Amino acid sequence: MTDIAPAAPERRELKKRSTSDANVRKRYRKERRFRFYGIAAVSSAIAMLAVLMITIIGSGYPAFLQHELALEVNIDPVTLELGEVRDTDSLGKAPYLRVVRESLKAEFPEVTGRTARRTLNGLVSSGADFAVRDAVLSDPSIVGTTQTIWVKTSDDIDTFLKGQMTEINRWMPDGGATPNGTTGEVRVSVASKAFASIIADVKRRLTTLADAKDERASALKQILATQRTDLSQMRAGGASEDTAQRLADSIASSEAEMQGLIAEVADLRKRANAQESSEPLTTKLPSYLIRINGGLVKVEEVSAGEIKGQALLPLSSDAAATGGTWEIVSYVTPEADRRVKDIEIAWISKLQEEGRIENTFNWSFFQTGDSREPEQAGILGAVVGSFFTLIVTLLISFPIGVLAATYLEEFAPKNRWTDIIEVNINNLAAVPSIVFGLLGLAVFLNLFGLPRSAPLVGGMVLALMTLPTIIIASRAALKSVPPSIRQAALGVGASRLQTVTHHVLPLAMPGILTGTIIGMAQALGETAPLLMIGMVAFIVDVPGGFTDPATVMPVQIYLWADSPERAFVAKTSAAIMVLLAFLIIMNALAVLLRKRFERRW
Amino acid sequence: MSGFTLAVIVVLLAVGAYALGRSRSVSSVSGNLRNLHSLPGYYGLYAACWCAIPALIIVVLWSILSGTIVETLVQASLPSEIAALPDSRMSLFMTDVRNAVSGNIVSDPSPEVQAAADHYQSLNNISTWALTVLALVAAIGGLWLARQRIVPQLKSRETVERVVMIAMITASTIAILTTIGIVVSLFFEAYRFFLQVPLSEFLFGLEWSPQMAIRADQVGSSGAFGAIPVFAGTLLITLIAMCVSVPIGLLSAIYMSEYASPRVRSIAKPLLEILAGIPTVVYGFFAALTVAPFFRGLGESVGLPVSSESALAAGVVMGVMIIPFVSSLSDDVITAVPRSLRDGSYGLGATKSETITKVVLPAALPGVVGAVLLAVSRAIGETMIVVMAAGLASNLTANPFEAVTTVTVQIVTLLVGDQEFDSPKTLAAFALGLILFFVTLALNVIALSVVRKYREKYD
Repeated sequence: MTDIAPAAPERRELKKRSTSDANVRKRYRKERRFRFYGIAAVSSAIAMLAVLMITIIGSGYPAFLQHELALEVNIDPVTLELGEVRDTDSLGKAPYLRVVRESLKAEFPEVTGRTARRTLNGLVSSGADFAVRDAVLSDPSIVGTTQTIWVKTSDDIDTFLKGQMTEINRWMPDGGATPNGTTGEVRVSVASKAFASIIADVKRRLTTLADAKDERASALKQILATQRTDLSQMRAGGASEDTAQRLADSIASSEAEMQGLIAEVADLRKRANAQESSEPLTTKLPSYLIRINGGLVKVEEVSAGEIKGQALLPLSSDAAATGGTWEIVSYVTPEADRRVKDIEIAWISKLQEEGRIENTFNWSFFQTGDSREPEQAGILGAVVGSFFTLIVTLLISFPIGVLAATYLEEFAPKNRWTDIIEVNINNLAAVPSIVFGLLGLAVFLNLFGLPRSAPLVGGMVLALMTLPTIIIASRAALKSVPPSIRQAALGVGASRLQTVTHHVLPLAMPGILTGTIIGMAQALGETAPLLMIGMVAFIVDVPGGFTDPATVMPVQIYLWADSPERAFVAKTSAAIMVLLAFLIIMNALAVLLRKRFERRW
Repeated sequence: MSGFTLAVIVVLLAVGAYALGRSRSVSSVSGNLRNLHSLPGYYGLYAACWCAIPALIIVVLWSILSGTIVETLVQASLPSEIAALPDSRMSLFMTDVRNAVSGNIVSDPSPEVQAAADHYQSLNNISTWALTVLALVAAIGGLWLARQRIVPQLKSRETVERVVMIAMITASTIAILTTIGIVVSLFFEAYRFFLQVPLSEFLFGLEWSPQMAIRADQVGSSGAFGAIPVFAGTLLITLIAMCVSVPIGLLSAIYMSEYASPRVRSIAKPLLEILAGIPTVVYGFFAALTVAPFFRGLGESVGLPVSSESALAAGVVMGVMIIPFVSSLSDDVITAVPRSLRDGSYGLGATKSETITKVVLPAALPGVVGAVLLAVSRAIGETMIVVMAAGLASNLTANPFEAVTTVTVQIVTLLVGDQEFDSPKTLAAFALGLILFFVTLALNVIALSVVRKYREKYD
């Protein structure tokens, strides 16, 4: 390259530099991008963890709280059918539910009729009588007196009080309002147009409703069109009359539904756009309650200057209320979609004003077994079941694991047989846990005839599952003990077994225990194999032994997660928090053991 | 006396035997320990072994077998008209008898049941008494025998060491026994299934609807056992999980091992490990409660119909669960790539990312492949997430927004609740389990051999 023109090298040099600069810049950009991918990956994984934790804690903490209601219970011996003999037995069996109901009845004398009474009784948990019974049993002398007893509210009421059922808005309009009565049908009129906001709100809601129905109707229309073509093709293609008829029937019913929807939409739109002065409120719309003169009026028809409604709680007078002393409360979720109706809200708000509803720490969550009623369900049964199961697992897998690891690491000759065992253990560690459940079902239950749902069997299955973990961890711990220790022991005349038991095992013990704790934590969180051996049964009693029917914490979580009641979502999350707390403790213990005692040679 | 209390008594006796054996050995040489072959403690252990081991073996075997034996005896002694009942009725009858025996009966038992229950109870009593006597005789007899044998010349240490050795060998074969137990039980039940449903239909059939029709006119209960939709569902969810976990896990591993400062690593690594320690049932709940509605809402907002049990939700959450698994395995193989390779690349002027993508990753590839295979095997066998978040009905589709079912979901639904071990519905779970076991086994074997091959290259 000697014949390059004199001017050229400079230019070429320049060009070269600029291209290489661009190249380097590009490469560095790429470098930064790659680095960013890494950061994004790590942070997305951590973000997932954060979202998970926040979801669980956010939905779980309300379960640790429970609203309780102070009832003035008249513990009347006649209602309780108590004779002269008042021993623990007769006191324990008395029908306390009656006095609870009597007390609610006394609280709201205006409630009459069977359905209304039943709704009223539904304010408190169906286990409310146990609170009364416990009070009587602890002090039988209160029979015949009236006592204030705190009972749990039912799960629906509790959910409502925790604000999880509906959004609530309250506002105090300016200007006075005048009711025209105190009970029954009440009209409240205002000088200003204080109710115009309600009307606007309702019209908005009607439009949304109409839009939703409209959408559904047009979707149906499309479906109908395709179904019609299908039908004509079917008829032409000579399909069986039976299937064609079925399709025709389905078309007819869809058609009817669509027509109904279209009519509803038209009606809703008319109401939404109407300029007329009053608007009726149905249960498909949000509820508006007016708190005035110590009473509560449910709005049934609204116009800008006046509402017509029912007094859910009687008003103290029909005097005019000045602005700022009365308020409008709206419950956004329509009454039809709520499990707590307006009348119940009225009762609760009365009790709340009297200071008789309190949000207390839910101790019974840690003190009782499972229940169909969310407010009575507790985690204790599952915790005890987990405890028994883990004891069995530990008693089986720890000795076997340590013995096997010691043999394989210290004594086993290197031959085909030990190779097979090694490969086997590694493979067992990766077998899906549910397969161990199948093994337990086929062998422990069907072949040996051991009891179903028992911690004994659960523990055995989990022991087989954790065994590989413990063996692998123990072998690693044994391997880390340096050969010099063994040589020294053998040198002073110890037998091989003495060398191992006196020197190697004690030195490896922290590592072995760490592995065991991690294996136990794994077993504590395991669900699938236990489903196979019947630990999914609904068990109310706290198990008392290794062969009692029991369930364990993860299975309890699974069962609660499957329950339809809204309140069980919180219970599930709370149970998860308890389980995670146990797991954190166990893992922290393992880390501590490792930090404290493990020696690096 | 129950087996458990008996075992406790035997262990207490063994403790006594230890003290006895020890003191006897000491007294046999009148305190001059030099004349003993072994240390006195070994004589104690020798006596304890003789006392406890035969008795405990008796207790364990008896507890396992007595239930079956008693039941066989009860069945054999039933009056002929009941003994002639078909199998299904027979098992119902025996359930009644068992309930009558344990005392948790709803209604009054019929006279036949009561008679059988009484017989059952008396046999049970006899069995318990026989066990108690036998175990105690064995324990005390063993103790007496050991006491007779303890003389200064007895090589008790060698005997005890041999016993310990046998115990260790037995313990190590438990792993083999477990595998054999799994294979045999799965094979046995699956064989009974394939007697009723042909293998070809199971492996290649396109319809899965295991509910057996009780009435002929029942809809949707055809009793079809074509497992292809189930396998396809499993693969779909596994694929989604891999799409989440492999990129995130691999990139995290690269970042942690190549870029992160020790401080960042010391924080981020334990956090990722927490992800691995969370029980799967928690992930399942999370998937069903949060992720599935989230995807559903997302789909609705763009006009896509997303099922509330979509494969996507289950797969994504499963992927999150597997991230730490992939990242820790990949971390291992990446750090195992020798420094010299990196130094060579840097020496040629490569940037860090170029070194990683062009040198480190290709060198670590077999290990990464092994890690991914292990992760796949993990995903296929994962149960709780799919049980809680995926569908129950089979659906042959590749659309991640629809609900699909998986092998593990089917095993759980078929086996939770009432089980009849003569209906193909229950047995199908074992056939699925067999497939699951062998597929995961094969994946592990391949993965481990890939990893091992790779290790040989650089060590």
